[in-house]
Amino acid sequence: MRRMRTYLLKRVLSLVPTLIGVTILIFLMMRMIPGTVVDQLIGTEGRADEATKAAMRAFFGLDQPLYVQYWRWVSGVVVGDFGQSWRSGLPVGKMIFDRLAVTAELGLLALLISLLVGIPLGTLSAVRENTMLDHVARIVSLFSLSVPIFWQAAMLILALSLWFNWVPPVDFASPVRDPLANLTQMLLPAVVLGTVVAAQVMRMTRSSLLDVLRHDYVRTARAKGLAEGLVVRRHAFKNALIPIITVIGVQIGYLLGGAVVTEQVFTLPGVGRLVLDAVVQRDYPLIQGTILFIALLFMLSNLVVDLLYAYLDPRIRYE
Amino acid sequence: MAEVTAPSVTVAMPFKHRSEWRRTARTLTRNRLVLAGLVMVVGLILVAALANVIAPYDPIANNVRAALQPPSSYYYFGTDRFGRDVFSRVVHGSRLTLRVAILSVASSVVVGIVLGLLSGYYRGWVDNLIGRIMDVFFSFPGLLLAIAVSAMLGPGENNAIVAIAVVYAPVFGRVVRGPVLVERGKEYVEAARVIGSSSIRVLLKHIFPNVLSPLTVQATIALSQAILLEASLSYLGLGTQPPWPSWGTMLYEGREFLETAPWWSIFPGLAIMLTVLAFNLLGDGIRDVLDPRSRGE
Repeated sequence: MRRMRTYLLKRVLSLVPTLIGVTILIFLMMRMIPGTVVDQLIGTEGRADEATKAAMRAFFGLDQPLYVQYWRWVSGVVVGDFGQSWRSGLPVGKMIFDRLAVTAELGLLALLISLLVGIPLGTLSAVRENTMLDHVARIVSLFSLSVPIFWQAAMLILALSLWFNWVPPVDFASPVRDPLANLTQMLLPAVVLGTVVAAQVMRMTRSSLLDVLRHDYVRTARAKGLAEGLVVRRHAFKNALIPIITVIGVQIGYLLGGAVVTEQVFTLPGVGRLVLDAVVQRDYPLIQGTILFIALLFMLSNLVVDLLYAYLDPRIRYE
Repeated sequence: MAEVTAPSVTVAMPFKHRSEWRRTARTLTRNRLVLAGLVMVVGLILVAALANVIAPYDPIANNVRAALQPPSSYYYFGTDRFGRDVFSRVVHGSRLTLRVAILSVASSVVVGIVLGLLSGYYRGWVDNLIGRIMDVFFSFPGLLLAIAVSAMLGPGENNAIVAIAVVYAPVFGRVVRGPVLVERGKEYVEAARVIGSSSIRVLLKHIFPNVLSPLTVQATIALSQAILLEASLSYLGLGTQPPWPSWGTMLYEGREFLETAPWWSIFPGLAIMLTVLAFNLLGDGIRDVLDPRSRGE
């Protein structure tokens, strides 16, 4: 337990320099965009004298040196203040928080679907290696990895509208007010987003199980006369789990990135769509805030995955 | 598009002799899936190279009188809202797609090689600094980082190339660093240093060849990812801009005509899928041959 605590502390401390680097990178990227918010607001046709422009620059704090601007932003972020949207005037933190539930629901549903499909299919594929089922599963997974989210979504919407006269609803159904309508609405986006993850999980489950099934202790278990199902469930699966968790950890990044596209295609009011709206409107505090928030989520999920490894494989925390 | 990962490609043998190349090529072509991937990639390259000959119409010329025509013997894949031939645009799109994918992956390979060689060879503070910087880039989901870079540079094909290269350079940095770390401690490298070879000579002549195999595997996989990333950026309006026929841009333009003119979306999407599939098949096969431990993943 003490070793686990030390490992946790070390891992959390190692995040600090990365986190500082992430904030510097995001801040600098936004400052490297040609033109300032003042130019944006005045526009190409607007006319403003130098005094007005200087007053606007001072209002947005752009007359300060870069390090002062960075410090102001970061010290705000530390206490949960991500700044204010230049377009709507609303606090960026509130805008993210209001949309977080949609992205979280989408990501979790997609992850759940991918695990429910990927793990059993990968297991079956490994247990029945080189059978027709194995070949079909591998080919389907390869196709799934090659389909862009937005095209898969478009084709599914097209098929559903042609065969069932179903079109995705324009208004978002709240999971609190109408859970059934919400689930119906979220299922298709979650399937689309989860397809690639399911394929990756399937492939890793298959290869990891195949690797474990060739070990001596599995042969011994079989030699003792244990049923194949028991051998797989009790002896092989737990040891095959670590590489599968690695893939799931990596795929959380995909889910977060993919949510941007999925929310755009299905017009879901999540954090991903907020990023895109911010980019299109060139609302820099909002771009800065949303990108930092998603990077934080990604880092946090990687931390959880690392801790899970350490829990499952004690060798990791002893290193 | 699968998420960008710090790769786990570990490769047994560097390419050393011509006979080894031949053996590798023979093993690759014996695998039917790899062969299928190879044929598809060669086909794509031919289509891109001969686009002017294959495409019957100008891919960006409007012809409003022929707008939204379904597939026929005149317009194999139908026409779009502006009367442009979808087949010609898909054919020309292959050029654009390959150019963006190859240039972005090549740029990230070059940057990754430099970073990985420096990091693995000099270790110490150089390794630490480069490692920390790469950690920062790995803290972003790939698509999000590409979106952030595109937001910084503005939309456009060249900027999309830079955005994709920024996403993959750290990946190649890690791919290169691993084998360099292993090789630098070996006796033959020590011997080269003792006889007075300069660091650059040791790095390029002795250590670099060991990096080629994992680099080849990763580059093939990255090509398929880069194609998906370019299509995603274009679909989101951040990549190639209309009227140029990027497959992603075509899907973006066709999304509002899904029910009335589905062909506008079906064919560019199929082109993306088959192209990515081809590189995935090839990448899987090359990895199976060069990295036997990952076989079947």
